[in-house]
Amino acid sequence: MSGQNPLLEVRHLRVEFPTRRGTLVALDDVSFTIAAGEVLGVVGESGAGKSMTGAAIIGLLEPPGRIAGGEIRLDGKRIDNLRYEDMRRIRGKDIGAIFQDPLTTLNPLYTVGRQLAETMTTHLPITPAEARKRAIGWLDLVGIPAAAQRIDSYPHEFSGGMRQRVVIALALCAEPRLIVADEPTTALDVSIQAQIIALLKSLAREKGTAMMLVTHDMGVIAETADRVAVMYAGRIAEIGPVRNVVKQASHPYTVGLMGSIPPLDRRVERLAQIDGAMPRLSAIPKGCAYNPRCPKSFARCAQDRPDLLPAGPTQAACWLYADGEGAKNV
Amino acid sequence: MSDTPMLELCDAARYFDVSRPALQRLIAGEGKRILRAVDGVNLSVPKGTTLSLVGESGCGKSTVARLAVGLYRPSAGQVVFDGRDLAEARAASDQRRRMQMIFQDPYASLNPRWRVRDIVAEPMRAFGLLPNRAAEEARVAELLTQVGLSPLDGHKFPHEFSGGQRQRISIARALSSNPEFLVCDEPTSALDVSVQAQILNLMKELQSRMGLTYLFISHNLAVVRQVSDRIGVMYLGRIAELAPAESLFRRPRHPYTRALMEAIPDLDMTGRVRIPVGGEVPSPITPPTGCAFHPRCSLAGPRCKAERPELKPAGDAMVACHAVEEGRD
Repeated sequence: MSGQNPLLEVRHLRVEFPTRRGTLVALDDVSFTIAAGEVLGVVGESGAGKSMTGAAIIGLLEPPGRIAGGEIRLDGKRIDNLRYEDMRRIRGKDIGAIFQDPLTTLNPLYTVGRQLAETMTTHLPITPAEARKRAIGWLDLVGIPAAAQRIDSYPHEFSGGMRQRVVIALALCAEPRLIVADEPTTALDVSIQAQIIALLKSLAREKGTAMMLVTHDMGVIAETADRVAVMYAGRIAEIGPVRNVVKQASHPYTVGLMGSIPPLDRRVERLAQIDGAMPRLSAIPKGCAYNPRCPKSFARCAQDRPDLLPAGPTQAACWLYADGEGAKNV
Repeated sequence: MSDTPMLELCDAARYFDVSRPALQRLIAGEGKRILRAVDGVNLSVPKGTTLSLVGESGCGKSTVARLAVGLYRPSAGQVVFDGRDLAEARAASDQRRRMQMIFQDPYASLNPRWRVRDIVAEPMRAFGLLPNRAAEEARVAELLTQVGLSPLDGHKFPHEFSGGQRQRISIARALSSNPEFLVCDEPTSALDVSVQAQILNLMKELQSRMGLTYLFISHNLAVVRQVSDRIGVMYLGRIAELAPAESLFRRPRHPYTRALMEAIPDLDMTGRVRIPVGGEVPSPITPPTGCAFHPRCSLAGPRCKAERPELKPAGDAMVACHAVEEGRD
């Protein structure tokens, strides 16, 4: 990965929501990269800013939310300051999006074949006949049985799992280089979830597509992602290779979050829990946003805000790692 | 603990008529369409224990929860609450207050226009449990403290609380009539994991302190393992396997139980390839013949297509599977 330019580069991204009672900062100084063929998982509790990060990248922030600072580069080219029309061309062609609810992503009035073909003829130099042929191919690839017959069906004629497959085919059919998947399996049952994850993974590997996978399901991340970013109150708390973040986290928040997942392989009398709740955007504590809940906080945590610091194999935004040696202070 | 179970379902079933209007049916020349949400379920929950039901969406687990508190009447079979028929028990308010329910969505299950103290006090008012206003205030404060909130929170409205805190309010409300039996329908699935841990810990604490009996509905096997004494795995309105929690995880017997466990992403084995179960849950309106799981089952034989398996003992578990019964597993 080193030496090669990352496909997606997010630098010091800041997203603000102006409100009557002042400006809320939803994302604050978020930086990360994704290389071609890499899957970056983004995890965190509701309201941590995971989906917001995805929405900012695909240029679909809900107004009045706006990018107030930083930059987003796709293949070296800035995409955060494009005009709506220019961004529209990139969306679909270069960046595909998969959202949580497959029913709202698909147009209920068009057949799935028409939606797929339209996407392809918009972004690729192909004829409608060729697009239809490819649409059947895509439906086949995402595991829809009898694709040639199902292509003229409407979204409501598919089950939830099948519909999510159609959404995936739709996101992939223009062969984007980056896919932003926001909770792609959350609405699905575990047995279907496993099928969808296996599908996404094999596609990323075969086609070299980069993927940003936003989810709160740590199991899905552990299984799919190469690297993970853990978000808390609009900032990245920790980022690093999936194995290290899941198994030997450095940031006390990541440790708490991983500890609170009920284990499947044994029964524990009492689950580890993080007391309290994540702060609202309007009341983010001074210093490290996690300090009021952190079992390891000390004086400096309530004063200064930590940036990402090297902490063993990962990077953690935590003053425990201020001297560069990490473990010493823990 | 006495021998009478807190709750018993004897061949309980619940059907829903999902037919089109009569005239349309007549024109199209089609019959009635009956959805068998729960189709012949037998189970019992001994006092002071937790029975969990797991399964995918549409398997009928929430319908069982509603049958258990009398929100639905069984279409066939019987629901017995502490030795009495549930319908008869519900007619008496001193029996009715012994059962309460906690719902999945803490946003939808609290009245947004009521203050928390009124929400929590409502069951006590309905059952006339308290003599006066002062006693009520003291009891609400006690309940809020019990679930980890402050007595001062009683003056606030639900929107001032986070999802986890709202679920605590739901629990306080459920506890206010001094129930012995709580039906919890996916109480943590709308919550973040860190908050889920808080709520599960609270529920376990309350159980050991107050000797509560839980019927716990969830789709999350890891959660179920933490709270259950016994677990029932449901598929298309029927119980596929019913076993003590530890033995279910140590040795899942029914092919569907095994498939479910196989499908769970595992935190420890980063990069492991899991074998997904093929296919999807069939429609409960037109369930497959024989064993409902046979189209997705790797052990299915001719008998599975023809004959519906009944729950039969296998070790310390009860399993409805021909393959297990015949030792083909």
